[in-house]
Amino acid sequence: MKRTVALAATTCALTLLTTACGGSGANSSSPSGATASNLNLPDLHGQHLEVAAVWTGPEQQNFMKVIKRFDQLTGAQTDFVPTGDNVSTFLGTKIQGGAAPDVAFLPQPGVLAQFAKSGWLKPVNAAVEKQLQGNYSTGWQKLGAYNGTQYGVYFKAADKSTVWYNTKAFSTAGVSTPPTTWSEFLKDAQTISDSGTPPVSVGGADGWTLTDWFENIYLSQAGPAKYDQLTKHQIKWTDPSVGKALTTLGQLFGKPSLLAGGTRGALATEFPASVDQTFADPAKAAMVYEADFVATNITSDTKAKIGTDAKVFPFPAVDGGQAPMVVGGDVAVALKNSKGAQALLTYLASTDAARTEVEQGGFISPNKSLDLSAYPDETERSLAKSLTAAGDNFRFDMSDQAPAAFGGTKGQGEWKDLQDFLANPSDVAGAQRKLEADAAAAFANAG
Amino acid sequence: MAAQTAPPATSQAPPPRSGTAAPRRGGRRTARRARSAIGAHPWAAACFLLPALVVLGALVVYPISWTAVRSLFGADGFTHFVGLGNYTSVFHDPQTLTALRNNALWVVVAPSVATGLGLIFAVLTERVRWGTAFKLVVFMPMAISMLAAGIIFRLVYDQDPGKGVANAVVVGVHDTFAKASAYPGAKPRIGGGLAPSGGGYVTTATIAPGTTAAALPLVGIPPATLSGARQAAVPSHCPTGAVCGTVWLDFTPGGGGTPGRIDPGERALAGVQVQAVRGGHTVATATSGRDGTFVLPAGTLGTGPVQLKLPAANFTAQFQGVTWLGPTLVTWSIIGAYVWMWTGFAMVLIAAGLAGVPRELLEAARMDGANEWQVFRRITVPLLAPTLVVVLVTLVINVLKIFDLVYVIAPGSTQQDANVLALQLYLASFGGGNDQGVGSALGVLLLVLVLPAVFFNIRRFRKERTR
Repeated sequence: MKRTVALAATTCALTLLTTACGGSGANSSSPSGATASNLNLPDLHGQHLEVAAVWTGPEQQNFMKVIKRFDQLTGAQTDFVPTGDNVSTFLGTKIQGGAAPDVAFLPQPGVLAQFAKSGWLKPVNAAVEKQLQGNYSTGWQKLGAYNGTQYGVYFKAADKSTVWYNTKAFSTAGVSTPPTTWSEFLKDAQTISDSGTPPVSVGGADGWTLTDWFENIYLSQAGPAKYDQLTKHQIKWTDPSVGKALTTLGQLFGKPSLLAGGTRGALATEFPASVDQTFADPAKAAMVYEADFVATNITSDTKAKIGTDAKVFPFPAVDGGQAPMVVGGDVAVALKNSKGAQALLTYLASTDAARTEVEQGGFISPNKSLDLSAYPDETERSLAKSLTAAGDNFRFDMSDQAPAAFGGTKGQGEWKDLQDFLANPSDVAGAQRKLEADAAAAFANAG
Repeated sequence: MAAQTAPPATSQAPPPRSGTAAPRRGGRRTARRARSAIGAHPWAAACFLLPALVVLGALVVYPISWTAVRSLFGADGFTHFVGLGNYTSVFHDPQTLTALRNNALWVVVAPSVATGLGLIFAVLTERVRWGTAFKLVVFMPMAISMLAAGIIFRLVYDQDPGKGVANAVVVGVHDTFAKASAYPGAKPRIGGGLAPSGGGYVTTATIAPGTTAAALPLVGIPPATLSGARQAAVPSHCPTGAVCGTVWLDFTPGGGGTPGRIDPGERALAGVQVQAVRGGHTVATATSGRDGTFVLPAGTLGTGPVQLKLPAANFTAQFQGVTWLGPTLVTWSIIGAYVWMWTGFAMVLIAAGLAGVPRELLEAARMDGANEWQVFRRITVPLLAPTLVVVLVTLVINVLKIFDLVYVIAPGSTQQDANVLALQLYLASFGGGNDQGVGSALGVLLLVLVLPAVFFNIRRFRKERTR
């Protein structure tokens, strides 16, 4: 999944979702005195801190509330620095120029590993560690670690295993309960197609949506162990498990009548349009798969109301496997060895910070200690619930962990190969060969 | 590369003063004298040249040589010497070969079409009263950046006729001559007794005339399109020896209903053509009525069982337009966008050249009885030849390094089909590949390809000065 698109989209969508619930949250709901003393935050009066993240607009404003609360608790003065889309380049220049921010949010585990390898990151101290152990599952803790050393705190999570559907199209077709397995999914898709609405909208003009399709099927079908191996390219893309997943995906992609606009339409549809056409009136599709940030597009580009016109169900389980939970997220790391940086990380890992941010909407926290009632609406609550319910069985977006030439470049690597597969879903072996050739080249280049 | 933006000298260029710093025919004479014609000492000349040399060196010579050296090293900087390895990999890379092929297409097509159209516009507007206004309109795209033009054409070529003007025109013209069918996309339920046959559907079982009414259930039609349709009905009366039946939408809104049976709330499909087929021949034809029923009369039907066929004409999908940005057309479409931008440039330069063509020659030819085409072909074009060549060569140089339009217009799925060298250079160096060795090799290759055109242009300028 392409990070910049996702992040930008998430920010706006979430904010829009939650405007009603913002405002008074921080002061009213959290007994600040108690939390603050639990956290043992140091007194930072007179200290200046800088925190850098990709967020802009409403997302940034929501995060500013968290910073403000941190400043109240510690007396520090914290400034927000927007990084722009290319986070690693921005931070790399800053660090080499000797002007690193105290804390930065990194969008991908790969960037964390790269920075840690360069010695740019400072390990977390005991106070942060304590918060992490109390509030985070092992899986989320590990994502913020490199070579056994804990560097980061995953403050924000994105659920990439969500299928959004048009409730009217579903009820017209008589599909009353959303599918929970892949075979039910295909059956319901056929029913919806019979009812006259094309069932599935695929944004195939953007290759990253296709990588997300594949990842969900692969994680559920082949299991987390194989998923990890394929992520690190320890097994080849020519592995039978990949062929099986592609064949499964081909059960959908190979039937043009199940795709909005047919194969040609799917290949010409970009991600925003794939959401728009699903919730347009009359609907040109009944459901669209992508991450939780679809909500942003629904709110800003269509007249559909989330929770009534647009609902969400978890990506179906494939072949008796567990329903997949593919995630994304932003990890906070310390770039300076300052007391303030560690204090901010401690605070970000706390439930108090998670609640402050979550209450404003458009934000899902991986913090398992956070009471789900903090979420402002039912849809977000259900997303957060499935995220925490997955425990340690979630996996981070595979293409985001691959070298950019393979998993993150328009018209190249996995993006292009899966687009070719969408154009010709019967050629599973050919697609596997191309994927393997591109993966091998990209992993060799990345060293 | 600067040649592209600098207005090429036309035949009106001021004649050079004799014996300037550049010695040509007078080379021997200059060599004998210590001073140049303007009387400056060589060191003084060097002093005046120095700033220009420094700037040129820093901005042109240094980057070119750095690129040339860099192209001999691997992806990780100047640590790993690979010799000509990058060049070998460039020529073995299918992406680069596609890029080379596309570049060749660009060089052949784009400049000639732009120049040709420019010539036509220039000649025609010269005679028209509103010529200047027309020229202004044609020239206007030049004021738009390549990036913006790319975004505009991305929309022009959009697949959806509701968004892309190109497909709106194509679909509009097509639909004027060929009407869409009544029920595009309608299909039988899977396992519903109808099998696909030549774009239409045919019953798997045979029906003997005079037996039970045939059921031809279809699905896949948006309920909204049938808002005025009646409830489907079973034929009430069937003449002896005829085949009767119903064509209807076998889908109860909101679900429920039994597949293959006419349930309450299921709509009739009126106006569907039904054929009776026996042994591959159509023996009778009927059209369904407003309640979906049809009667294939006994007279033409004959005896013996028949199959019922719903011909393809009932279901022809709506014309989707042309896939402008698909693998086959994408390069041509982008060339179209380029021509839209640069025809104005060619037209303005050619019009300037045209203004310098002596009127009396044209008049004389007309007096001698030449018609307008002959005047154009035999007088105007030959006199304009120097200008035309300059415009053409300038455009060739410009086209060789085309990047922005391709990068912006080509969607991800066909970016590789539209690939050109400059784009491949970018992709290899920064766009994911991050191998600046290969990128530099591509840069050198591009330079080598541009050089002949640059030399050609320089030679022309010189020739004109000596004239």
